[in-house]
Amino acid sequence: MSSLLSLSNLRITFDTPRGQLAAVRGVDLEILAGESLGVVGESGSGKTVLSRASMGLLTMSTAHRSGTVVFDGQDLSTASREAVRDTWGTGMAMIFQDPMTALNPVRRIGSQLAEGLRVRLGMSKKEAKKRSIELLQLVRIPDPEKALRKFPNQLSGGMRQRVMIAIALACNPKLLFADEPTTALDVTVQAQILQLLSDLRKELHMSMVLVTHDLGVVAGHTDKIAVMYAGEVVEYAETKELFTNVRMPYTEALLNSIPRLDQKSSGRMAVIEGRLPDPTQQEPGCAFASRCPYVQEKCQVEHPELQKADNGHEFRCHFPLGVAR
Amino acid sequence: MAGSGKVHMRNTGNTVLSVEDLVVEFALSKKIAVQAVSGISFDLIQGETLSIVGESGCGKSTLGKAILSLLPVTSGSVMFAGSDMTKIDKEAVRNLRPQMQMIFQDPISSLDPRYTVRQLVSEPLEIWSRGSAEEQSVKVDELLNSVGIDPAIAGDRKAYEFSGGQCQRISIARSLALEPKLLICDEPVSALDVSIQAQILNLLQDMKERYGLTMVFISHDLSVVKAVSTRILVMYLGKVCEIATPDSLYDSPKHHYTYALVSSVPIPDPSKKVSRVILEGEPPSPVDPPSGCRFRTRCPAATELCATEEPQLRDMGGGNYVACHHPRD
Repeated sequence: MSSLLSLSNLRITFDTPRGQLAAVRGVDLEILAGESLGVVGESGSGKTVLSRASMGLLTMSTAHRSGTVVFDGQDLSTASREAVRDTWGTGMAMIFQDPMTALNPVRRIGSQLAEGLRVRLGMSKKEAKKRSIELLQLVRIPDPEKALRKFPNQLSGGMRQRVMIAIALACNPKLLFADEPTTALDVTVQAQILQLLSDLRKELHMSMVLVTHDLGVVAGHTDKIAVMYAGEVVEYAETKELFTNVRMPYTEALLNSIPRLDQKSSGRMAVIEGRLPDPTQQEPGCAFASRCPYVQEKCQVEHPELQKADNGHEFRCHFPLGVAR
Repeated sequence: MAGSGKVHMRNTGNTVLSVEDLVVEFALSKKIAVQAVSGISFDLIQGETLSIVGESGCGKSTLGKAILSLLPVTSGSVMFAGSDMTKIDKEAVRNLRPQMQMIFQDPISSLDPRYTVRQLVSEPLEIWSRGSAEEQSVKVDELLNSVGIDPAIAGDRKAYEFSGGQCQRISIARSLALEPKLLICDEPVSALDVSIQAQILNLLQDMKERYGLTMVFISHDLSVVKAVSTRILVMYLGKVCEIATPDSLYDSPKHHYTYALVSSVPIPDPSKKVSRVILEGEPPSPVDPPSGCRFRTRCPAATELCATEEPQLRDMGGGNYVACHHPRD
């Protein structure tokens, strides 16, 4: 498979009153055509900034980028605003977390769906309407003609998220970013939406980046997983490999904190004590050192580099799990 | 699904809360009313945690608010501390309120952004004139310490300066200030990251032991309530589907809706290919609920009987009660 999106040494900083805030600190990632990648991390780990930066959505003057973003053979880091814009919709598209605030509350679903079709694909009104109906059918919305005339507030959270997906898919993107697409939804609806995204990805031969804080969500729906912590990728592997052979203590802690229905409950839940380090500071050692149950002296002073095992499993730890210590 | 019936009620001496045939209606217009809660009964014994689980719109938050008399109740009774909350006057309800407190879903918007942490936690003490100013200040420090917030560092900061998890800790401290008997938690962790979720769930368990609380825990996620519940009540469109202990509920859900809820929880293990039942569609409108069993329109086992007759709760043994004509084995 060929590379579709490739990030190298991507670094994003923001100017804040407290100084430079480094949200993404040197990320290298590659997404192949047709592949689905899960990006997992806690709030503040930089996962959302990473996906927005990949699409060129960080246009505010306080955001600074270094490193490169190459999409479909085109270097977006040196491209003009117009060239970046041209990749939106047809190249890359995004589904945002909160479907209520991402949709315009005073415009009907039909006009929001048709916008991309008219502007990006130059369709006539009639063509756009026909395609809109097809799109709503694609995302399994019952009675699509009626749905086109509704306003977002007349739809449930799950239906709104389906509309968001339809809008994102309108111009046949090659890569779909889904940023916490199910966090605001019930578990039953979450299961429906995740299944829908998986099915659509296969039907339309898209690549997908699924951004979430929940390892449970990505387990059944991705080929590979990148775990982020404090702006860095700390573990990267094929999904099966990651779950059977966790190397990074942070990933292990994240896995343990998920309440499991398939295991007996012990009453108390495992937690990750403490919290993410201050993003305006750069500590010398491993960013996870202060919360790591296996911390050693070396972790406090030397920043671990990303190591790569033979099977492509990457991890950023001086004392990885699964090795006698 | 169904609902009505009271076989699961226990008549012991130390019942803290007893809800019978509770109905909450909202008027949509002069002619149409929607029943958000239609005939729910349950009881809660000292030290128990009852979890109420269901999808958005099933009436679980309405039920929580109705218990606290934060909403007008249409019919039924809520017995708390020897009084029927639905019959006594407003002043009497107000006097019972310190004994029953609530934690809300969104920790950030449920705290006044202009108040400092110390003011937020001491406000209930001031309103109810509990102790001198000095005693109140000692109490506030103790509460903040117990929820893991350092009053010396955080006490004079305002709520918006904190993360969601920390705001939820402050909400918990505030709700415990008056030493309530009953704490109702409405989706207390659904706005939080999984790692923070576990911290707050553990904290609630600690607080329950420390202050001898009885809790009602409202959530849409069965995995979240697993560790904290004594009993779990599954709701659908204002009715009870199933009420059971966590072990029997997760091991052998009897109601088809409970089974669907259990199998929607994502399992963080790609090698486990469980037979998943993904519910199609969404709950029907409560304005015009299906006849008979309300779940029948989405139920894989529905028969004609389900359309004509509403199933009553019955005892399945092992502390499991289910309202279904064709329960799972």
